[in-house]
Amino acid sequence: MSGFLERVFGRDRKSANQAKERLKLVLIHDRTDMSPGTLSSLKDELIQVISRYVEIDPEAVRIEMEQEGREQRLVADIPLRPAVRRRAR
Amino acid sequence: MAAKVVTVTSGKGGVGKTTATANLAAALAADGDKVVCVDTDIGLRNLDVVLGLENRIVYDLVDVIEGRCRLRQAMIRDKRLPELHLIPAAQTRDKSAVSPSDMVRLCDELRSECDWILIDSPAGIERGFRNAVAPADVVIVITNPEVSAVRDADRIIGLVEAEEKGPARLVINRLRPEMVKRGDMLGIDDILELLAVDLIGVIPEDENVVTSTNRGMPISLDGKTKAGQAFRNIARRLKGEEVPFLNLEEQGGFLGRLARMIRPGGD
Repeated sequence: MSGFLERVFGRDRKSANQAKERLKLVLIHDRTDMSPGTLSSLKDELIQVISRYVEIDPEAVRIEMEQEGREQRLVADIPLRPAVRRRAR
Repeated sequence: MAAKVVTVTSGKGGVGKTTATANLAAALAADGDKVVCVDTDIGLRNLDVVLGLENRIVYDLVDVIEGRCRLRQAMIRDKRLPELHLIPAAQTRDKSAVSPSDMVRLCDELRSECDWILIDSPAGIERGFRNAVAPADVVIVITNPEVSAVRDADRIIGLVEAEEKGPARLVINRLRPEMVKRGDMLGIDDILELLAVDLIGVIPEDENVVTSTNRGMPISLDGKTKAGQAFRNIARRLKGEEVPFLNLEEQGGFLGRLARMIRPGGD
């Protein structure tokens, strides 16, 4: 299996690294009971609500789960569009 | 005496709960502490064979709980290690024959008679797990470096916290340092980063575990084996000693660092 994956992903993708990356994602969802799909609809709705109050660039919004010890937190990074550009339009 | 109750659990089956329970019990008993092991895997008992005591069972855990015998009568004393005792699980019943409060009562009765009560938990997160964890002062979660075991360990660690029995202490079993070095097995630091939990021991993969189990003789009694040494070290950490982690060659660097991070066992 690891030989196969190495061929697919190139030599540097060690199976242990893949295991770790996969586990990181799985554990987030196990701990929060939140699937990637739910997170994505949360993001969409959040963008809608915020857009009602202030102009943002939906493409630049980052909503992610972060791990801190055994605690998960939802971190949102929502860059605002500069007021200058807003007036120009 | 006021025993400390240590529960060994894992979530996933087959990662070494029973082997760890047997070996920690043997190591503590060899050190002169009085130990009672309780197998709570009702219907799938195995601590008896791993300890080599399968031929001496008369009464079991369910007999005690249902009042068919006294607690003392169900305690099998190991002839090789006079301080080691086993209360076997019932083989013809299921987990519903015992409740968490039964386990708390049983351990409270035992506490004054020994130094350690070691509880071998069944796999899973249902009744059997809750039975095993209910009386615990310390919960040891055991995993191996495979994704399925690590994932289940994370679930169990969360449940242990939810039952207010945390923080769990982690044992990483069957580590193969040469595979870690090649990048083909999760290493100790990877697992600790994922699970964010305190480490209490690392057991290297060791063929001697199989042979000692074949004989019903815990490997922690074998002075020379690496796995036996690792189990003895966990027993000492449980007793509150600060024991450096075994140098599993490649990993000496960060193991040394870990050893300094780890608090002494006990509380």
